[in-house]
Amino acid sequence: MRTTRRELCGWGRTSPSVADLVDASADELTADLVSGLGAARGAIARGLGRAYGDPAQNGGGVVVRLAPGPIHLDAASGTVRVGAGVSLDELMRHIVPRGWFVPVTPGTRFVTIGGAIASDIHGKNHHADGSFGAHVERLTLFTADGAHRVVSPNDEPELWWATLGGMGLTGVIVEATVRLLPIETSRCVVDTERVPNLDALLERMESGDHRYRYSVAWVDLVARGAALGRAVLTRGDHATLAELADLDPKAAQDPLAFGPPSLVAVPPGLPNVLSRPAVRAFNELWYRKAPRFHRGVESITGFFHPLDMVGDWNRLYGRPGFLQYQFVVPFDAVDTFRSIIAMVAASGHASFLAVLKRFGPESGGLMSFPTPGWTLTLDLPAAAPGLDELLTELDRRVLSVGGRHYLAKDATTTPEVIRAGYPRLDEFLDVRRRIDPDGVWASDQARRLDLR
Amino acid sequence: MNNAVDQPQTIVVLGGTSDLGQAIVAQLASPVLRTVVLAVRRPDDVDPEAQRFGGADVVVVPFDAAEPASHAAVIADIVERVGDLDVVIQAFGQLGVPGLVDPLGAAELAQVNYVGAVSSGLAVAEQLRRQGHGTLVVLSSVAGVRTRASNFVYGSTKAGQDAFATGLGHSLAGTGARVMTVRPGFVRTAMTVGMDEAPFAADPADVAAAVATGLRRKRSVVWVPGVLRAVMGLLRLAPDVVWRRLDR
Repeated sequence: MRTTRRELCGWGRTSPSVADLVDASADELTADLVSGLGAARGAIARGLGRAYGDPAQNGGGVVVRLAPGPIHLDAASGTVRVGAGVSLDELMRHIVPRGWFVPVTPGTRFVTIGGAIASDIHGKNHHADGSFGAHVERLTLFTADGAHRVVSPNDEPELWWATLGGMGLTGVIVEATVRLLPIETSRCVVDTERVPNLDALLERMESGDHRYRYSVAWVDLVARGAALGRAVLTRGDHATLAELADLDPKAAQDPLAFGPPSLVAVPPGLPNVLSRPAVRAFNELWYRKAPRFHRGVESITGFFHPLDMVGDWNRLYGRPGFLQYQFVVPFDAVDTFRSIIAMVAASGHASFLAVLKRFGPESGGLMSFPTPGWTLTLDLPAAAPGLDELLTELDRRVLSVGGRHYLAKDATTTPEVIRAGYPRLDEFLDVRRRIDPDGVWASDQARRLDLR
Repeated sequence: MNNAVDQPQTIVVLGGTSDLGQAIVAQLASPVLRTVVLAVRRPDDVDPEAQRFGGADVVVVPFDAAEPASHAAVIADIVERVGDLDVVIQAFGQLGVPGLVDPLGAAELAQVNYVGAVSSGLAVAEQLRRQGHGTLVVLSSVAGVRTRASNFVYGSTKAGQDAFATGLGHSLAGTGARVMTVRPGFVRTAMTVGMDEAPFAADPADVAAAVATGLRRKRSVVWVPGVLRAVMGLLRLAPDVVWRRLDR
């Protein structure tokens, strides 16, 4: 077990704080480790630091990083028992060549299993398959009393629903058993199409998403007027052996090959290169380059994790960092949704990556983010002037139609905004108080948003 | 805990009746701001209801810069009541009478402006270190950069406070806690009312804006107005005869 004092922040590189980072293995998580922490600044688990804000840091306290654990694949039942410190990248490298895929993947492979559960992450298939937590059978949780508990919807259901999406505030997830998706190849068949405006985009997604497992739209938030909300829509599914043999015979010779490439890493010390003119130019080129309609084969990395090919891409925003704003609004709130997009486009802030997905039913996690509706994710440079006012107004509009914000991305909202968005917050706090009466589990986010 | 656009949730003003302190809080106020603590010498003179900083709660606590023995307890008490401190502003300070040469009067001025700054600054730093985050904003002055006959006692206390603040900032490196030293020129406040304005004079709002920008850019030193950095840099090198001639 190693302890170092480190400055920690999220992927947006904002709001850092200094904590004692403890690197521990699963059997080093004992009652001794947590005794006395409640009276001090407490502790929180940290995975690979891909949350954008402050949930995996704990100023003046302890941050626990679990060593990657074992991976036990059970092909007969189609499940894997895996240490919570293992990343989706490591897991995929193990299971993809053997004909399995993770049930849900976000836009990066570099999140841990523990983080995937604690944020109840979602991917491009939420409308079809739900969030990550829906595919976890059981997990082992290290709780404030020093015990390792087996938690599942049947064993300790209250703790289960509090831990799914609970941002680590019920304890440290030690390992989990996850149901996997069988695949025949490591490629996807993807339909790509250019959509000229928002109304057309919403219509295309509503009418066609049910035909695909995966669906996501990249939206140009700089375009205004008639082109407001123009987008590139990509939808697809895993390629069967037959499809691959047909569309890409060369790839079909080694159908389950998985070797994700890394092209380049962004060096430290860059200023923010993503200025409005740069973003506008990029967006224009990207939109023009996209085909009107095209069906093709893409690798897992190309379809799911394109940004993983650029190491440390968050450095493109320079020292001031950036924030990622993600919210969901109900399907019928189309007018408000359009007004939000128009507001961002008119604001003069350069949003480089804006992603639109559709959510299906909730998972049942008390603080889990996905709920049926449209979810938009946009990146904004943190130093942009007037950003605070824009975000306050966006918050207001999102809440006004019954929407909410994603804790794994949040870096700017207030306790009131979270309370308004999460009707089961009090149930969550009750479980917290019962399972952790001394307040052992604490994070900067929990203090900032009053999740105590 | 500050959010990603550097909006604080809790601000403490040591010397809560100060015009500069109030202006800075007003500048930093936002829907994110929950609590403002005004630490003042005479709490009964301050009506929390009359203080308006958006929707934030205002808490008034007793604080006497001239009583170092009380400072650790004052800070501990504030933390007990409001939790983590995001921004603490050291805003107390007295100008002293013009042409001050009385030893006792000077000693009292030094006690408030310098000794009080050291003792309260260290108490705050201890808490910020324990939190792993937070910024101490020290309202220093260009009067300390090079002292002149018309206010050398005051200038020397600010010089002391300034050196303490910058040194404290160095000692906090790597702890997550920061110090920002603000060096305004002449500012039109209750403290300077009736005096002749010096060149490069500013309003409290100017200082507040510079503090907000400095916090966002994580600066250690802020001059208000910014041109004073170059001006004072040159004036420090001026021969004594020139310096004395510039004095009013």
